Amino acid sequence: MSEPAAEIAHQFADAGQQRDAATFGMWIFLCTEVLLFGALFLGYTVYRLQNPEAFDEAAAHTLIVAGSINTAILLVSSFCVAVAVHLAEQGDRLRVTLLLCTAALLGALFLAVKAYEYNHKIHEGFFPGHSFHFAGADSRGVEMFFVLYFTMTGLHALHVAIGVAVLTGYGVAVLLAQRPARLTTAVDLAGLYWHFVDIVWVFLFPLFYLVGRAP
Amino acid sequence: MNPAISQAPLQPLASEPDYLRSAQTLGSWLLTTDHKRIGILYMISITLLFFIGGVAAALLRLELASPAGDLVASATYNKLFTIHGVIMVWFFLIPSVPTVLGNFLLPLMIGARDVAFPRLNLASWYIFMFGACFTVFAIVAGGVDTGWTFYTPYSSTYANGAVIAMAAGVFITGFASIATGLNFIVTIHKMRAPGLTWFRLPLFVWTLYTTSLILVLATPVLAITLFLMALERLFGVGIFDPALGGDPILFQHLFWFYSHPAVYIMILPGMGVTSEIIACFARKRIFGYRFVAYASIAIAVLGFLVWGHHMFVSGQSVYAGAVFSLLSFLVAVPSAIKVFNWTATLYKGSITFDTPMLYALGFIGLFTVGGLTGLFVAALAVDVHLTDTYFVIAHFHYVMVGGMVMAYLGGIHFWWPKISGRLYPEFPARISALTIFAGFNLTFFPQFVLGMLGMPRRYHVYPDEFQLLNVLSSAGASILAVGYILPLAYLLWSLRYGKRAPANPWRATGLEWTTPSPPPTHNFAVTPTVNEPPYAYETLDEPSRDYV
Repeated sequence: MSEPAAEIAHQFADAGQQRDAATFGMWIFLCTEVLLFGALFLGYTVYRLQNPEAFDEAAAHTLIVAGSINTAILLVSSFCVAVAVHLAEQGDRLRVTLLLCTAALLGALFLAVKAYEYNHKIHEGFFPGHSFHFAGADSRGVEMFFVLYFTMTGLHALHVAIGVAVLTGYGVAVLLAQRPARLTTAVDLAGLYWHFVDIVWVFLFPLFYLVGRAP
Repeated sequence: MNPAISQAPLQPLASEPDYLRSAQTLGSWLLTTDHKRIGILYMISITLLFFIGGVAAALLRLELASPAGDLVASATYNKLFTIHGVIMVWFFLIPSVPTVLGNFLLPLMIGARDVAFPRLNLASWYIFMFGACFTVFAIVAGGVDTGWTFYTPYSSTYANGAVIAMAAGVFITGFASIATGLNFIVTIHKMRAPGLTWFRLPLFVWTLYTTSLILVLATPVLAITLFLMALERLFGVGIFDPALGGDPILFQHLFWFYSHPAVYIMILPGMGVTSEIIACFARKRIFGYRFVAYASIAIAVLGFLVWGHHMFVSGQSVYAGAVFSLLSFLVAVPSAIKVFNWTATLYKGSITFDTPMLYALGFIGLFTVGGLTGLFVAALAVDVHLTDTYFVIAHFHYVMVGGMVMAYLGGIHFWWPKISGRLYPEFPARISALTIFAGFNLTFFPQFVLGMLGMPRRYHVYPDEFQLLNVLSSAGASILAVGYILPLAYLLWSLRYGKRAPANPWRATGLEWTTPSPPPTHNFAVTPTVNEPPYAYETLDEPSRDYV
């Protein structure tokens, strides 16, 4: 991002081609991310079909309030990013920075809530492996639920952490850059990534918090 | 000559030095973002790794020359075939044509100055080398005996040795594959020269495109699979362990969801190379160009739907098995279209038997044998008999070694003048091509028979009656080894002593041949415009037509 606005990387003919290539590359990257999470969703499907009661029972032990708060946090942060992308095209630097940093802050808050939840689970003995203990009948199925819970939300949290760093970085860069127009594409791509992270959570939330809670 | 159809003119002699001479320091190579230099970096790396995998194979064949386990212990034997498989699959075959020839040629073929993301391209090489270091470390630190498939519980509950390190190596290398695939897809979509429509692309570009689709869509699943396997081992949880509520078959499903499409990563680019060579040395347009292009897409799509044929005897439902069997037969259709179309291209062509053509013809023959024997093992009932026998070994070596390695070497020879700026010596090159063909068949054909007779794979001892065929196979392997060392010797020789290559020594079509040999750093001084279909050998060869 150090090149001045007028400069186009040598392999491209014009700015339009450069922007198209970057955007298209981001979409392809997100496709690989879908497949990365997809394998885990397949694992969830298989083990839920094998242990339907255990999964319902285990899901009752997740913290639905914390999960719901986190869902709200991510949706609001995604909204901030969407507005930031819109304003970046109009060159409104101050607001773009504010919105990106707000989104990053919300992402950090999400991670804090998640850390609280993990801590709570570990204290209750739900961390899979040798220290796992569960008094109910089907402890194997419950343990599998928590293997998936920690793996999938952990991988998602890693993506959130990367997103927080990226959003903060671009938030600061937009404010300080000599030629912020060059960053419009970057903000756009960071936004795509953040929406993807958000969407993954939209699927994780019902699978780990809402199943089996219906009256 | 029809003025509307004309080969793009030769590039003017560039004012900048060629890519090999533009800067000579080690740093200029290790920090290069030039796709051509990155191709060379990959070429050196995978050649070294190929010889590591090859030494393991040589030891395997030496052990199998006698029925008793007299050279290595069974545990060592297990480690050797794992090293051979892991290195050859992930560190040679998968990167071979895409990262070496693909990196070097893709921008040249589409009239671009570089790939879309040159820095990502360099990063992919570093990621690849990082993964390779992990894997070599795992070999030195005690090896792994799971086989290249890392099946649980060999890799989890009953793991010996450095499973995690080796899996980490493969995991890391996967991201290099993803970076390359992503780069190629974007490059092909967004960087083509004016007038170079999809159906004017060389078929090599089509196969790189379909290969890249598989790379980006399949590799993440492998990454997660190995990640879960490592979690199971590190935390003692039972993701794939039935004693702890897990499902070992799920590992196999996830593994083959990547690894079967990976078979097509390992053959499609070879098909692309073959198309280029056949057209050039038959002086004809590829017969049924569009069908060959669409066949690549069909192979990539169907390739994602057949993974279960690796699991016919592993306890998956027989109904699933029947569907997987049917779909596996369907893959033969686009593969056969390609073989028939290459053959039809040869018909009434002006064929010359230069070295690349020998490799390409070898590819067609050996791939056909490999493909047709694939139908044997795709048939449910036959597969029950053949599973885990040498028949399977012979089948996939015919595709991967007889197919892909032949194509890789054919491509290296075909484009060597462009890559190095030198001509290789033709006579030893033809000898080595024929040596490889003969040695390959002697190595692997007896294994079909061994498999039919019931010799299982992955054992270092066997009954006496299998010895004759095993000795033949080992003898073939020694011939094959000579065939592989020869090109290494004379290609290196040619770097210094070979004749200087003209821009287009084969009188081939394609934008890469309009650049000087070797090309300048930025490939094209003038952005080329394409206004002719691919493989216009008929117009190129018109008597009135001059070429340089």
